[in-house]
Amino acid sequence: MTATATSAESVRGGGARRLVDRVARVRELGIVIALAVLFAVTGAVNPTFLGYASLRDILLNSAIVALLAVGQTLVVITRNVDLSVSSVVGLTAFGGALVLADNPGVPVAVVIAGCVLLGAVCGAVNGLLVGVAKVPALVATLGTLYAFRGIDYAWAGGRQVNAADMPDSFLALGTSSVLGVPLPALVALVVLLVVGWMLRNLRSGRELYAIGSNPEAAVLAGIRVRRRIVAAFVAGGALAGLAGVLWAARFGTVDATVATGKELDVIAAVVVGGVAIFGGSGTVYGAALGALLLASITSALAVLRVDALAQTAINGALLIAAIVLDRILALRVAAALRRRRFRDAA
Amino acid sequence: MNMRTSWRPTALLAGLVLLTAACGGGTTRSDVAAQQSAAPSAAASSAAADPNAPLKQGLKIAFLPKQVNNPYFTVADQGGIAATKEFGGEGKEVGPSDASASSQVSYINTLTQQKQDAIVISANDPNAVVPALKQARDAGIKVVSYDSDTAPDGRDVFVNQAGAEDLGRTQVQLLAEQIGHKGKIAVLSATPNATNQNTWIDFMKDELSKPEYKDMELVKVAYGNDDDQKSFTETQGLLRSYPDLAGIISPTTVGIAAAARYLSDSPAKGKVKLTGLGTPNQLRKFVKDGTIEAFELWSPADLGYLAAYSAAALASGQITGAEGETFKAGKLGDYTIGAKGEVLLGKPTVFNADNIDDFDF
Repeated sequence: MTATATSAESVRGGGARRLVDRVARVRELGIVIALAVLFAVTGAVNPTFLGYASLRDILLNSAIVALLAVGQTLVVITRNVDLSVSSVVGLTAFGGALVLADNPGVPVAVVIAGCVLLGAVCGAVNGLLVGVAKVPALVATLGTLYAFRGIDYAWAGGRQVNAADMPDSFLALGTSSVLGVPLPALVALVVLLVVGWMLRNLRSGRELYAIGSNPEAAVLAGIRVRRRIVAAFVAGGALAGLAGVLWAARFGTVDATVATGKELDVIAAVVVGGVAIFGGSGTVYGAALGALLLASITSALAVLRVDALAQTAINGALLIAAIVLDRILALRVAAALRRRRFRDAA
Repeated sequence: MNMRTSWRPTALLAGLVLLTAACGGGTTRSDVAAQQSAAPSAAASSAAADPNAPLKQGLKIAFLPKQVNNPYFTVADQGGIAATKEFGGEGKEVGPSDASASSQVSYINTLTQQKQDAIVISANDPNAVVPALKQARDAGIKVVSYDSDTAPDGRDVFVNQAGAEDLGRTQVQLLAEQIGHKGKIAVLSATPNATNQNTWIDFMKDELSKPEYKDMELVKVAYGNDDDQKSFTETQGLLRSYPDLAGIISPTTVGIAAAARYLSDSPAKGKVKLTGLGTPNQLRKFVKDGTIEAFELWSPADLGYLAAYSAAALASGQITGAEGETFKAGKLGDYTIGAKGEVLLGKPTVFNADNIDDFDF
């Protein structure tokens, strides 16, 4: 905007400065730097951390949480939250594994579709409670967290499905690689790019931000708030269903307690990734990077042979450090941009 | 949102809570029947043991696992309930869906009110359940702990799945055979403060200090917290930190399954040996594909079975829980109560490619 100044000097410096501006304005910069620092330090102590096998493991470890974080972002942007994701993952992982174990002939594609659909149905329950019945999301999804897990428990009745019960073609989903990249990570990446594009370019995507920024204004602007919120929850649920499939394929041992407590990891990833918990701002890329950072911290602590008793505390401290770093960088950049704008305007 | 509609979330939440309680709770329909027919039968608890007393008919025995929906306890309690059927008793499983320290207390109180003849419990916390169990015992109910013991004053008898010493030493022996008594080894445990894990690990260390293991070195005890993801990550960490690792012992079913799953599709498959405690169904695939040569475990169904017979022997006055008393446990034969009221199930079974198909649990 202000870069169209008339002085010869600013025309000369304009291109480079625009680039710097662009980079500096990227909200996710702080997380990228935190990741770089983590990799540099861990790699300096133990170079194998930067090897192909290790990087592949980290991608694999973060894929499922990244997928869930993308779904969660859709919901958080609308100033809501979905605490029930871990239960949806548990329900779909167990359901998918059980169907495969009891009906050997069922095509894997059908099971995947079924799990995604089941996830979407769970999401729809959340969406209707929040969007239509106007129950606060925190309360509604806390309720469904227990309800979905309860259904899972009742369905499982203490049963466990093991790797030997499932076809190899299904288990391969969790372990095989395409061009050296593990399949779950590729799935997460594709979902990330598609959802990221939709949020940025589609009207429905922009409306989610509008709803989160100011719900009343969104209503006045003629946005169909109710429908958008339900859609966000359904999409989040469907992604949780997909994550459930990947979970079953990857770990191979599935019972009713699968993924218990993972909702906190997912929300941590989203928040670390710079998505505002009160809605209206943030990107799915940030959330996915947040998931990558969390997985990398856990892996780094394991590689650095940190004492197990201290790991959880250190994990939390590093997390806070990453958020603080991100926050400071964001404030600095914002201040610098403001100063420059004043100067350019003057 | 305004004040007018604020009852809605409350009502909905209340509804959901009720729904959840209905789904996740452990009480069953037979509780009601049990409550109605509860006769004051426990009055005949005599102080002296009478080894020739017949097992009473219609004994009501409740199994209270660490958590319901845990496949291990499902199998154990099914074994116990099968045993109660054999001696004409009535068995049921109740319990919390989370394994937290305090979650079993309300179940114990309920069972006490129902006047069960015996409670068979695997304690989530050795001390938290003791006051409630004492009340139960004061009411004439016999208490047997299995799998995970309570403090001694909370129970009459503890049915131990396998001696900690046996388990610790045999796992080292299993791994030593596989790696030729040479190389670096690591342990992938559950949580850093799990009592049973730490006891086993201490015996492993003791076994490793013997001269025949002088070429083996325990380099690290990692903790997977009985969480798939964390166990996975810790296994990766072990392989990264110790590229020349020869073997891993994982004395926890979650850990060994996650480690096996990771190794089965990594270049270290077959090179890094894995052993520990797991169930045959869980690890069948990995034994067949060569990731695991051999692992071990006691039979959970036999554990529940023995616990049920111990409870019946107590409630019938055959034993009181004193050292040296003997009783017969159906198909498993005769058992003697050891020091501190412990009954030992026996040595663990080793599973390998030759025998794994004979087991289904």
